[in-house]
Amino acid sequence: MSDGSGRDGGGGEPAARLSSEALVAAVVAELAEWEGDELAAFLARAPESHDEYRTGSGLPIERVYTPADLPADWHDIGLPGRYPYTRGPYPTMYRGRGWTMRQIAGFGQAEETNQRFRYLIAQGQTGLSVDFDMPTLMGLDSDDPMSLGEVGREGVAIDTLPDMEALFDGIDLEHISVSMTINPSAWVLLAMYVTVAADRGLDLNKLSGTLQNDILKEYVAQKEWIFPVRPSMRIVRDTIVYCSQHMARYNPVNISGYHISEAGANALQEIAFTMAITQAYVADVTATGIDVDSFAPRLSFFFVSQADLFEEVAKFRAVRRYYAKMMREHFGATDPQSMRLRFHAQTAAATLTKPQPLNNIVRTTLQALSAVLGGAQSLHTNGLDEAYTIPSEQAMKVALRTQQILADETGIPSVIDPLGGSYYVENLTSRLEQGIADYLATIEDMGGVVAAIEQGYFQREISDTAYDFARRKASGDRPVIGVNKYVDAEPDQRVETHKLDPESETRQRARLEQVRADRDPQRADAALRDLITAAHDPDTNLMPATIEAVRAHLSMGEITGALRDVFGSYTETAVF
Amino acid sequence: MSAPGADTEPIRVMLAKIGLDGHDRGVRVVARALRDAGMEVIYSGLHRSPEQVVESAVQEDVDVLGVSLLSGAHLPIFSRIFEVVAQLPEPPRFAIVAGGVMPDEDCEALRRMGVAEVLGQDTTPEVIVATVRGLAREASARL
Repeated sequence: MSDGSGRDGGGGEPAARLSSEALVAAVVAELAEWEGDELAAFLARAPESHDEYRTGSGLPIERVYTPADLPADWHDIGLPGRYPYTRGPYPTMYRGRGWTMRQIAGFGQAEETNQRFRYLIAQGQTGLSVDFDMPTLMGLDSDDPMSLGEVGREGVAIDTLPDMEALFDGIDLEHISVSMTINPSAWVLLAMYVTVAADRGLDLNKLSGTLQNDILKEYVAQKEWIFPVRPSMRIVRDTIVYCSQHMARYNPVNISGYHISEAGANALQEIAFTMAITQAYVADVTATGIDVDSFAPRLSFFFVSQADLFEEVAKFRAVRRYYAKMMREHFGATDPQSMRLRFHAQTAAATLTKPQPLNNIVRTTLQALSAVLGGAQSLHTNGLDEAYTIPSEQAMKVALRTQQILADETGIPSVIDPLGGSYYVENLTSRLEQGIADYLATIEDMGGVVAAIEQGYFQREISDTAYDFARRKASGDRPVIGVNKYVDAEPDQRVETHKLDPESETRQRARLEQVRADRDPQRADAALRDLITAAHDPDTNLMPATIEAVRAHLSMGEITGALRDVFGSYTETAVF
Repeated sequence: MSAPGADTEPIRVMLAKIGLDGHDRGVRVVARALRDAGMEVIYSGLHRSPEQVVESAVQEDVDVLGVSLLSGAHLPIFSRIFEVVAQLPEPPRFAIVAGGVMPDEDCEALRRMGVAEVLGQDTTPEVIVATVRGLAREASARL
């Protein structure tokens, strides 16, 4: 017999059943009775504000959830650190180790960013995250004509190895983990990072950190690319293989839903497209005969924490569960570490508003809350001024303090997955997990991720959602406080914004010229030739030749330029 | 308005992304909003140069050229656009509109350069459509 707690298996059902048939039947009957009685009478007097209610990603939601909405099997919820990891990748979560507070930073020349890093470390930040400028992200030199006005603007400019040495000057790379947000040119930056560490005599196996290196989502969402899809996939594969052999604690790829979301996708699309991309990378590496368990434990993820609090928590839980099942059932992983999804979260820059900018602190706090309730391993909170420009030091400090308040004042980290068992959150978790499976089936029918990219499928899906959101925002159906609701008549509060040093670009170009003039030309020529030879042979790993190239002080643009001649360039057929 | 029936000619708009900036969510939403409002929209795609964009805007004989920038490089890039425009054999009839994320003081600087309107990230599709219509009417008057 059920005692109403939902824990009693009852009448011969499996012990792992969450709600007994008797309980579900009783709840369903009471719900129907309540709807016909109290609810109907109340609605007759006082109707609800909307005809229908939906989550941020458009899933319809009921007014109340009950034990009838829980997953059938307790093991779908389970315990933290145990398959399918719904509740978290580790048995102790924040009780054992708080999330890493990892505020991204980068602007100007390497020395300027190095100063910001030292400031953030002094403020209690526990990991570094490097933001590169657009030319570096696109694999161009600071003196390329396309780099006009963008050198050091949105991130730090890195052209050659001496820039990288200056970036990490005085920073203990064996103890501070370093995340690098870079994609099509990621392997060059990895080569520079490895070289800086090796030249200091450090053990590469002790370096911890993450390379974003997620090229597929670039074609889908963020739109930073150099080469066509297939050679780009080969480069990602080469870095994964290199790191699995030389860098035991380093995450060679950070598969990212964040940019998919920022480009306009909803929560379900974000995790579904990220899982589709993950499946493509894993299939690509295992196709070369490499055992899935030799690299999967180092795969890492990056998601947004958006505005719909409960859906976001459910999203993180759903993607952990989906990933675990995919790795075990589809790829045959046997090492539990290959099945546990670890992720970095960042609050949603696209939700920040220019009017009433102080409201952005509140938005960011609530979004950070969903990341923590969802079990993020590391977190970046956005600056309140990011609807204006890259954040000021003051804005970054408030953002970091937001995390510190969540960690130290709220008591939230004391309990693992505190929303686990919530009828609503569990139900949403299951529906989002099913939603991923449905999207992956569609993508499979199209011939897989690469075919879907080439057909513009993701781009269209994201564009449709972005347009729908913009229309709902315009009609007021989606309120944005200070923008379409509670709008101030008087001008905005002024915020102090970051100012780029206007001389930084000139200095960086001069330094690049100096490095080229000072290097050994014969060594540089030989390194370039070897790199091109390696690129022509798909079975040769590009990393060793790239490490020699950066050591010979070849620049980013020289390296990518030479490979463009081998691989070609990517051009997108734009859809809107 | 120059001639009877001119109102029935669809408004032609070119939307462009210049430089290395890949943020195209906004520009694609604007493209659809203008298209849904009955305008002919030409989208440049990503990573164009000021020279390429001005040249195609002239060739396509557009009424309005909208340039979307979220890279922070709006001042140097618009300044280059107006240099290129100044070198054209005759002044173009299209109005130039800026869109994206830009600090207020920079919006003033852009207007002084010759940008007709700056439409920030929270501008509604309705306001964008109305603004482009107004500017296109002025551009037609320059025919």
